[in-house]
Amino acid sequence: MSVNHYKSFGSRVFDALNIALLIGLALITVLPLLYVLAASFATESEIATRPFFLWPEKFVTDTYAYIFGTGTFVRALVTTICVTAVGTLVQVMLTFTMAYPLAKRYLPGRALVLNLVIFTLVFSGGMIPTYLVVRDLGMLDSYWALILPLAINPFYLIIVKSFFQELPQALEEAARIDGCSETGVFFKIVLPLSKPIIATFSLFYAVGIWNDYMSPLLYIDDSSKWTLQVLVRQLTSADAENALAQLDSVFFPAEGLKFAVIVIATLPILFFYPFLQKYFAKGVLIGSVKE
Amino acid sequence: MATDLAPPPAQAAPKPGRGPARVPVRAALLRYRWLYLMLLPGLVYFAVFKYLPMYGLTIAFQDFVPFLGYSGSEWVGFKHFEDLFTGPDFGRLLSNTLILALLTIVFVFPAPIIVALLLNELRINVLKRSIQSLIYIPHFLSWTIVASLTYLLFAVDFGVVANFIQGVLGGPPTDYVAQAEWFRPIIVMQTLWKATGWGTIIYLAALAGVDPNLYEAARMDGAGRARQFWHITLPAIRPTIVVMAILTSGNLLDASFEQIWLMTNSLNRSVADVFDTYVYYVGITQGAFSYSTAVGLFKGLAGVVLIFGSNWLAKRLGQRGLF
Repeated sequence: MSVNHYKSFGSRVFDALNIALLIGLALITVLPLLYVLAASFATESEIATRPFFLWPEKFVTDTYAYIFGTGTFVRALVTTICVTAVGTLVQVMLTFTMAYPLAKRYLPGRALVLNLVIFTLVFSGGMIPTYLVVRDLGMLDSYWALILPLAINPFYLIIVKSFFQELPQALEEAARIDGCSETGVFFKIVLPLSKPIIATFSLFYAVGIWNDYMSPLLYIDDSSKWTLQVLVRQLTSADAENALAQLDSVFFPAEGLKFAVIVIATLPILFFYPFLQKYFAKGVLIGSVKE
Repeated sequence: MATDLAPPPAQAAPKPGRGPARVPVRAALLRYRWLYLMLLPGLVYFAVFKYLPMYGLTIAFQDFVPFLGYSGSEWVGFKHFEDLFTGPDFGRLLSNTLILALLTIVFVFPAPIIVALLLNELRINVLKRSIQSLIYIPHFLSWTIVASLTYLLFAVDFGVVANFIQGVLGGPPTDYVAQAEWFRPIIVMQTLWKATGWGTIIYLAALAGVDPNLYEAARMDGAGRARQFWHITLPAIRPTIVVMAILTSGNLLDASFEQIWLMTNSLNRSVADVFDTYVYYVGITQGAFSYSTAVGLFKGLAGVVLIFGSNWLAKRLGQRGLF
C-alpha cells in the first residue's frame, strides 16, 4: 500500500500517540484478568499485602485443591457444563430448522412468520409474564428453565436465515431434480455447507448459556441446582460471608477462592475464544433485520 | 419417497419482488409440508415463550391471582399504572433510569466509534489485529464475572483500583462499591470495559468498506490526513452511526438488568433502582405480579416509542433510518 508517500511531523506524532493510547486500552482490558489469574495461585497474605502483581511470589494451588474437593463447586461445574451442552444443542437445532424454511421466498406465510419474529425484537412480554409462563409449565427449579425460554435468539435466527438465502440455489435444485426430498436437501446439501456458521452460533449460544445469570436467578431456587455464575455471585457479593459459612468446610482460603472461582468460570470461554474469533466478525455482520 | 410431491424447483417460485404466489392453503400445506414441519418447532417456541407472555401482559390490568388464572382474575383497568405514576418510587426510578441512559449516550455510545477510528488510523496490521483480539475479550465474560472483578479490584483493603484512587488521586479510603455516589461511575466504567472493544467491530467493517481510491484521489488533490479523515472516513461511517443510534435508543431504558442487579446493595439502592430491577424486586421477591407487570409494560412501551421516535427523527434529518 502506498499510504506513506510523505509523512508530516504532526502525522508522526499522532501515530505515536495513537499507538500508545491503543496499547494502553489493550492493557486495561487484559491486566485485570491476568491479575486475577496470578492471584488465584497466590497465598492469602500475598493477596492482602501486594496491591498488584502478575506473578505470585509463592506459587500455591490450595484454592484449586479446595474447589475441586468441595461438593458444591464440583456440582455447580458439572451442572453448568451439562446445561450448556444440552442447551446449545437444542438452541442450534431449533434455530437452524426454523431458519431454513424462512429462507425460502416462495413459501406461503413466510412473510407473516418473519414479521412475528421481528416484532419480538422490538417488544416483549417482559420478565414477569415470561416467569409466569415458565412457572405454569412446571419448569421452576428445572434445568429446562435455563434452556427453553432462550431456545431461539431472534437476531441469530434472522442472520442464519439470511445466510441460507445466500447459498447457491442451483445446488439445491440439482439435488431435487436428482430425486432428493426436501429434508434430504437440508441434511445432505445445506447443513454441510453451513458448518462454519453452525460452529459460530454454537459458540455464541454456548457462551450465552454459560454466562447466564438472570435465568437461574429467576427460575432456580434449589441451591443444589446452582450454576457456576450463581456460585461466583454468592462468593464475591457483599454478603459473601454468609455464603462462605454455608460451605462444607471450616478452613478455606477465602480471598484466593474468589479469584480462583472467577478463573474457573472464565477459562472455558477464553479457551474457545481463538476458535470463536475466526468466525464472529462475519457472524455479527452478515445479514441484517432489513430485508 | 414420492419425489413428484417434493417442492417444485424454480419455475413455481414467483418472480422476484412479487411476493409469494397465491396457492390455496391446503395445496400449499401439502406441497410444502416438509418446510412447514421444519417451521413448526420454532413456531411453537415463539408462541409459548414470546407471544404467550405478551398475552400475559393482560394481568397488568387485573388483580391477578394465580389460582384464578388470566381469565378469572378481577379486571381493575389502569389501577396499577395509577399506583405506579402516583407512588413514591416512580420519580426515583425514572430519574435513575434516565441518568443512566444519558450516561450511556454521552460516554458509552461514542467510545467504540472513537476507538474504531483510532484503530483505523493504525497502519501496523499485526499490532492492530492483536489489539483487536484483546479488546474483544470482555464481551464474552459474564456480568457476574465483571461484577466480581469490580468487587475485588475496588476492595477496601487490597483492591488495586481502590488503592490507586486513594494513593494517586487522593480519594478517601472507603468501600467505593458500597457508596451511592460511586455507583454510576462504576457502572459506566464496567460498560466501557466490557462493550467498547466489541462495539468497534461494526464500525471497523464500515471503515474497511471504504474505497482506497478515494483516499488516493484526495491525496492527489493535496488533502492531508486530517482532511481525509473529515471528508472521507467520517462520512463513510455516518450511516452505521445512525443505525446504531436508533438501536441504542430502543434499549436505553433496558439498563442492563444483570449488571445493575449485581452491583446493587442496601447502601446504593437510592441511585441503583431502575425499572428492570424494580420489576424483579416487586414482582419476584414480593409477588406483586400485576403491579410489576404494569411497570414492565410501561417500560416496554416507552422503549417502542423511543425506537420509532429516533427512527423518525433520523429520517427527518435526512438519514436512511432502520425501517
